[in-house]
Amino acid sequence: MFKDKWTIILLLLTCITCCTSVANAFQGKPIIVITPTQERPRLAVPDFVAGTSDPQSSPLNTVFNQTLWNDLDNAGIFDMVPKSFYPVQTPSQPSQVNVPVWGNPPPNAGLLAFGNLGVNSGKLDVQGWLFDVKNAGAPPILGKQYREDAKENNARLIAHRFADEIIGRLGAGVPGIAESKIFFISTRTGNKEVWSMDYDGANQQQLTHLGSIALSPRVSPDRSRVAFSGLAKDSWQIMMYSLELGRPLSFQRYSGDNISPAWSSDGTKLAFASSMHEGSSNIFLADASGAGSRRLTTGHTDVSPVFNPKTNGQIAFVSGRTGLPQIYIMDADGSNVQRMTEQGYSVSPSWSPNGLLLAFAWDRNYGPGIVGGWDIYIMEIASRQIVQLTHDSGRNDFPSWSPDGRHIVFQSNRGGTEQIWSVLADGTHLQQLTRQGRNTQPNWSFQ
Amino acid sequence: MNHRKQWVLAVLLAALLVLAAGCKKKQPPPPPTPPPPVTATLTANPASIQSGQSSTLTWSTQNATDVTLDGNKVDVNGSQAVSPGQTTTYHLKATGGGGTQEATATITVTSPPPPPTPTPTPQPTVSDDEIFARSASDIYFDYDKADLRPESVQTLARIADVMKAHPNWIIQIQGNADERGSIEYNLALGERRASAAQQGLVQDGVSAGQLKTISFGKEKPICTEANETCWQKNRRDHFQLMH
Repeated sequence: MFKDKWTIILLLLTCITCCTSVANAFQGKPIIVITPTQERPRLAVPDFVAGTSDPQSSPLNTVFNQTLWNDLDNAGIFDMVPKSFYPVQTPSQPSQVNVPVWGNPPPNAGLLAFGNLGVNSGKLDVQGWLFDVKNAGAPPILGKQYREDAKENNARLIAHRFADEIIGRLGAGVPGIAESKIFFISTRTGNKEVWSMDYDGANQQQLTHLGSIALSPRVSPDRSRVAFSGLAKDSWQIMMYSLELGRPLSFQRYSGDNISPAWSSDGTKLAFASSMHEGSSNIFLADASGAGSRRLTTGHTDVSPVFNPKTNGQIAFVSGRTGLPQIYIMDADGSNVQRMTEQGYSVSPSWSPNGLLLAFAWDRNYGPGIVGGWDIYIMEIASRQIVQLTHDSGRNDFPSWSPDGRHIVFQSNRGGTEQIWSVLADGTHLQQLTRQGRNTQPNWSFQ
Repeated sequence: MNHRKQWVLAVLLAALLVLAAGCKKKQPPPPPTPPPPVTATLTANPASIQSGQSSTLTWSTQNATDVTLDGNKVDVNGSQAVSPGQTTTYHLKATGGGGTQEATATITVTSPPPPPTPTPTPQPTVSDDEIFARSASDIYFDYDKADLRPESVQTLARIADVMKAHPNWIIQIQGNADERGSIEYNLALGERRASAAQQGLVQDGVSAGQLKTISFGKEKPICTEANETCWQKNRRDHFQLMH
């Protein structure tokens, strides 16, 4: 039933053409989420050179270099050339690059990213270039300059931007994700509150101060607001937090419990689960303001809706209408309900940006007294073929796709407590992003 | 074996017949004597009680073969504790060869003195919460189910009685789930569990306006160990009197 992972991924996904010539390697628009390891171009990223003697240069340069390396490594589309293979001379300017030295063994790189960083009167200046070192005739692919206040967060920000330039240029037209954010629930203040962090786990910040329980944060496509469900005095309500104003916004209240909001990718609609009409929750659809709600499902124990972000014409959701929860898909008007999973305990669907895949959490053999074996799976919707993403490590739940469709963030208790982890959609590059308190329900921003 | 038994029996029977024939002797019947007179007494001690107390009936007869107390056959001599709700006369009837004799005893029943507090008024030391909590124990559910168990139906009947006696009370029914499922699905499951109790209480005659529901999913466990005993404690509806 479950074939070798690579076989299925290759079946599912059109791969980027294997090619050593960078100029031709990333044309077309494949529906890829994964690039097999052996086909990745080799990228060398020597540390940027600290260009000034300002005492801030060195620490900011360290943060910048770590961040840039991680971003390019995490992208999952490059084979990073280990630094031990690099020549002694580190270039800080294009004139210092000895192209054949980088293009031949030992580095044997296809691509070279390099540059310099300096602090000048409180400003951080960064210059960065990307060279195709196999193309000795015309190696430069791009060159960029950045200037921000000389702060650690800005060193990270510039590194993210430069990484996204490189990935956007080489990643088959799919923009990089280094500037994306992850929203999640953390208990580290004693209550479950909504927090945000950079996609790599840096810059973790508390957003809400509800003091009761906040759950299921879902950021709006334009990243201006976060919808979540909050425990009010005598019910759960959909609540809204403005990232622009840094405070809660008022939002339509409904009777009953209202939970698990989900944005359409155009930001005009919110789907959510509510018990406003009956004692059991159903999926409802409302405007982004919460007004004009209408009921989409008539089953029971319906929860966790998510739009197909490619079309907004379909909604996946979870229902316990036949017993244990299973994943269903319906049209966005509630018609044409199809059951997608057949057995076990299937929850927490997340629809891939290209509209073709569903990530979900599945305990295949769920039952009383059985613990564990709860993993993240990816289903190709058209064929219903399934690939297992995580293996035999605690309980894994709430997958959420990165904007480029190459990564998945999820919660796992594999380390003892629930924490947020990210992984490439081929199962590699597993990283723990949170460590303080218990952290759950990650939601990756749309951009 | 059987043949042998029958043969022995036949011989014995023949011998008895010979003996009986040889012994037969005619005697004159004795002169008839009048049967002894039947006597009967019945006493109640004490003869006067308060409602709810008991008295002892004691009777004795002579020369009686058939004795009834209020129509029920009893021993010829005996006693019995009774606790009549009102003044009652008991009949003893004794029958023998010498005729029939009857006896009666009356127990006078008086009303008890009024209790110190004749009308039940709420005692200031007992709060509404405590009164409610006496009836409203948690009800429990099977794994991934929201069906009411038989004992839960009984609990709901008790809660319904106390709610109907306090029509101004409003309660919140809080549905809960164990830790194993997913956060969002468990909220929906807890919703169904709260709703199941709500429907049961409405069927028992409680006004729907007195009943509110909420689900806490697995967010408010009362037990945090990872075993079935603990999970069962968390798969529950809790009933909270609202103020």
